[in-house]
Amino acid sequence: MYAAPFSYHRAASLQEAVKLLQELGEDARLIAGGQSLIPLMKMRMARPTALIDINFVSELGDIRTPKGELHIGALVRHADLEHSAAGATIPLLHDCAAGIADVQVRNQGTIGGSLAEADPSGDWGTALLALDTSVICFGPGGQRTVPLEDFIKDAYTTVLAHDEIVTALHVKLPLKGSGGAHLAFKRCAPVYPTASASVQVMIEDGNMCKDARIILGCVGLTAIRAKEAEAALRGKTLEEKNIRTAADAARAAADPQSDMRGSADYKRILVGTLVKRAIGIAARRARGESVEAGHEYAGR
Amino acid sequence: MPDVKKVLVRVRVNGEAREAEVEPRTLLVEFLREHLNLTGTHVGCDTTYCGACTVILNGRTVKSCTLFAPMADGGEITTVEGLSKDGKLHPIQEAFAECHGLQCGYCTPGLLLSTLQLLKKYSRPTDGQIRKGIAGNTCRCTGYQNIFKSIRMAAAEMEKR
Ligand SMILES: Cc1cc2nc3c(=O)[nH]c(=O)nc-3n(C[C@H](O)[C@H](O)[C@H](O)COP(=O)(O)OP(=O)(O)OC[C@H]3O[C@@H](n4cnc5c(N)ncnc54)[C@H](O)[C@@H]3O)c2cc1C
Ligand code: FES
Ligand code: FES
Repeated sequence: MYAAPFSYHRAASLQEAVKLLQELGEDARLIAGGQSLIPLMKMRMARPTALIDINFVSELGDIRTPKGELHIGALVRHADLEHSAAGATIPLLHDCAAGIADVQVRNQGTIGGSLAEADPSGDWGTALLALDTSVICFGPGGQRTVPLEDFIKDAYTTVLAHDEIVTALHVKLPLKGSGGAHLAFKRCAPVYPTASASVQVMIEDGNMCKDARIILGCVGLTAIRAKEAEAALRGKTLEEKNIRTAADAARAAADPQSDMRGSADYKRILVGTLVKRAIGIAARRARGESVEAGHEYAGR
Repeated sequence: MPDVKKVLVRVRVNGEAREAEVEPRTLLVEFLREHLNLTGTHVGCDTTYCGACTVILNGRTVKSCTLFAPMADGGEITTVEGLSKDGKLHPIQEAFAECHGLQCGYCTPGLLLSTLQLLKKYSRPTDGQIRKGIAGNTCRCTGYQNIFKSIRMAAAEMEKR
């Protein structure tokens, strides 16, 4: 399958990429890993007349850890995070990075491209919302910082202007005593999940939940923060009964649509189960236990 | 109609410098097959699913049906043609032949390269690591059992050398 014809431009720097976006107009698009854009172009569901390749902009590929923060360059590939020290420090990031699609797609797809694409089934938009994340954007007016909760506005829609580029994500390192997990369920490796859930909890005295963040993925036009589910845990012990109440509240907060991945009812039940499991794993990790978790699929 | 000026793509394929001028929308797999006449890399699904088109670009496996050729410019590529040396099969190829790791062979070029990447990371992969390592490669013939055997045998052989 061939994409519709386009002209190819390679940006050597951020400034050049912005200039090219301005010169080439509304029908020009950036390309990073191409793992969302190229399939769409081959199916002619996207027909940009010009592509601006940012893969050669060197400053976008780094992972840095300045005090208390984790800075992830937009061009960091899913596989980079999967194998990074950052993934080992924040297991939720490893859960997410190591479960997206398959080895080949993870080697190529980028975290910046994922967020800019704002696919309702994308994993990063869900996982990173469970942490304190800001999106660093660069445009003609310079740099601006947008909290992730304000960055994605709707399905496939962000606050980015046409001539703006995501350059990095800044994540606050979770405090001591906290733990998280990103769980997703999919039919096989190279597909998007049917539902996903990201949970970050802060624990005191072994089993008391001081704070919780619960995010649902694939069950709405954007990731959904399940605030009532969070409230069901905050200040309570993490016992079966309270976790079940939180999972029920998460089910109520979900707004899924029936599609080839499953009916709305099925996804609603599934996402609650993922939340329940994720709370358990997050709590164990908060207590210092090492637990393997992530995407579940047939044959895993 | 946009200006679809052809672009020069220069790569090293299996250790050899190669180049061609192509339309930007040329997929890496078509670049290899149609422009460089390296037809060992297959096109299966053409939708980023099956992994028949897997090649190694700059040390990492990618699905070459999901990359425009200019994005690989300046890169180092290994295709299935680069596995054998001086007429001798690579241990991974030998193991696949020995253990019947293929039937029709359509998926094989991709699986060989995914195996190469897997064994670079884990010299003795567990079954779980093998499953994860080849999850992006679909085989419709073998039922995977003999592919697992092949990979275990290749690992043992390569460790000896
Ligand atoms: C078979 C398959 C399975 C997949 N499964 C999953 C999955 O389970 N979970 C998941 O989360 N994802 C999945 N993906 C998507 C994958 O993670 C993509 O890599 C990701 O969504 C897009 O990243 P990219 O770098 O490839 O972006 P591209 O395809 O290059 O770009 C996507 C969009 O973002 C824009 N863009 C890219 N970079 C920037 C930037 N720095 N600033 C501004 N705009 C930018 C582009 O213009 C384009 O509109 C899957 C993809 C495939 C092909
Ligand atoms: S042909 Fe590329 S993944 Fe199937
Ligand atoms: S041997 Fe036929 S598809 Fe794998």
